[in-house]
Amino acid sequence: MSHDAAAGQADIVKTHDAAAEAESAKRAQAGNIRPVPFRGGGFRHRPHLRVSLLVFVAVIVLWQLGCQYGFISTIALASPAQAFGAIMDLVHTGMLWKHVGLSLYRLIAGWTLGTLLGIAVGIMVGLFSLARAGLMPLVSALFPIPKIALLPLFVVWFGIGEGSKIATILFGTFFPTVIATYSGIDSVDRNLIRMGQSFGLTWASIVRKIIVPGALPAILSGFRISASIAIVLLVAAEMIGARYGIGAYILTAGALFALDKLIAGVILLSVIGMVIAWLIGIAEKRLLDWRM
Amino acid sequence: MELIVDNVGHDYGDTQVLRDVSFTVKHGEIVCLIGPSGCGKSTLLRFIGGLERPDSGQVLAAGDPPAGSLNPLTYIFQDFALLPWRTVEGNISLVLEDHGIKGKAARAVIDDVLRRTKLSDFGKAWPRQLSGGMKQRVAIARALSVKPAVMLMDEPLSALDSQTRELLMDDLVELWLRERFSACYVTHNLAEAVRIGHKIVVLSRRPGRIRETIEIDMPLNERGERMAELDPIQRQLWLLMRDEVREADRELTDVA
Repeated sequence: MSHDAAAGQADIVKTHDAAAEAESAKRAQAGNIRPVPFRGGGFRHRPHLRVSLLVFVAVIVLWQLGCQYGFISTIALASPAQAFGAIMDLVHTGMLWKHVGLSLYRLIAGWTLGTLLGIAVGIMVGLFSLARAGLMPLVSALFPIPKIALLPLFVVWFGIGEGSKIATILFGTFFPTVIATYSGIDSVDRNLIRMGQSFGLTWASIVRKIIVPGALPAILSGFRISASIAIVLLVAAEMIGARYGIGAYILTAGALFALDKLIAGVILLSVIGMVIAWLIGIAEKRLLDWRM
Repeated sequence: MELIVDNVGHDYGDTQVLRDVSFTVKHGEIVCLIGPSGCGKSTLLRFIGGLERPDSGQVLAAGDPPAGSLNPLTYIFQDFALLPWRTVEGNISLVLEDHGIKGKAARAVIDDVLRRTKLSDFGKAWPRQLSGGMKQRVAIARALSVKPAVMLMDEPLSALDSQTRELLMDDLVELWLRERFSACYVTHNLAEAVRIGHKIVVLSRRPGRIRETIEIDMPLNERGERMAELDPIQRQLWLLMRDEVREADRELTDVA
């Protein structure tokens, strides 16, 4: 740059004391000056662990007090203490494990088989146009059927024993898993697949290292849905045709108007549901550690 | 290895995308493709790397790739295309695994390319932890690991903020001075084109034809200092493109 140009630059470019200017502006307007009103904030969640716990405990305490002082009729609802007593009875008679164990067996067997088959079919539908064209109409037609309506049919096919109950849960979890898996595959960033191709990765590598991991978040959130469907179907199937199991226990309790046992059964279901949600949460943390 | 783009033309349905495009990428040469948005320059780059097939014409490779080249035509993408579920090392290892390079051999390659892109401290980081500039450095490291003959760069700096772009451009120039790679560099940024291009191919708006090809006879390492001399070239390119860009901007588009 020439000397003249540099000199010219010096004329247009000056240093500027912004802080001094702000200070003098403040002084000049001293009479008519106020802070800008704050309008932001809110719409944001912070964890309140104590509040969560407090509300939970308060509901149970109020429920218990209500039952004790006749505010809640014992004909309408059993107290938490009575329900706890019913659970302790189950423990002492050794029936707890019989009911819970059988229910868990049906749940785990049905859900695992349904999920594995669902993922396999979902991957095929996600990858192959032929599979999609052939299977999707079937999936769409069978998905909305409440699978419990098929239980009588499953009893004919698989017998009155465990087979029919497991089949109900299997079918109930299969369809949502297919849908979660193939829509997860559809949502994998096309550019990542193109990247894989551009580096000469084999087809199998692209599926295994790019498509399946990319679909995993959708598959895992599908697990949450299929798990809750599985619990609903478990109870329904056990209420229709089982001697043991939480569903059968609740049904018997209802028939005998033993509200304490009924509530106890519902609590067991709630605990199973929460444990499953917790396990899926752990799986998500483990498998999706690359996300936040 | 040289690349010859021979009379390439293409349509998407009724939309004419490219017509009669011919040029060559010589050994150690960076060819910039510029043109208004939607002129088919990214499509052209996909033809060059064999990711799509043109309707007419062909892309030819002349001569053998350098010894040990695992993937002669290697892309750098605008959006980096890193797998978010793999660490920096994992992303590089991804493109080596299929060539049977694993364990110690892979370790050596990964360490080498991370050193060359100044990423040695970031091998274990997840992509989400990295800034845009660092992600693109990882993508460059990944490209170097397969010893490409020609790098196909699709707007590599366009997703970055302007300061990061400056830094990475300096790094690219430095890298070229060391490695003398060949490249086809697609951009809409004229300043980038005159900074790094030995040859600049100007495409017209759709259907993309070659408006003009200019060569810049100034060594890359001097261009940072001699920006003022490049200004008239950039100005000339802008005059060539201005009306095309204006027209292209007013078009309704159905194809991406």
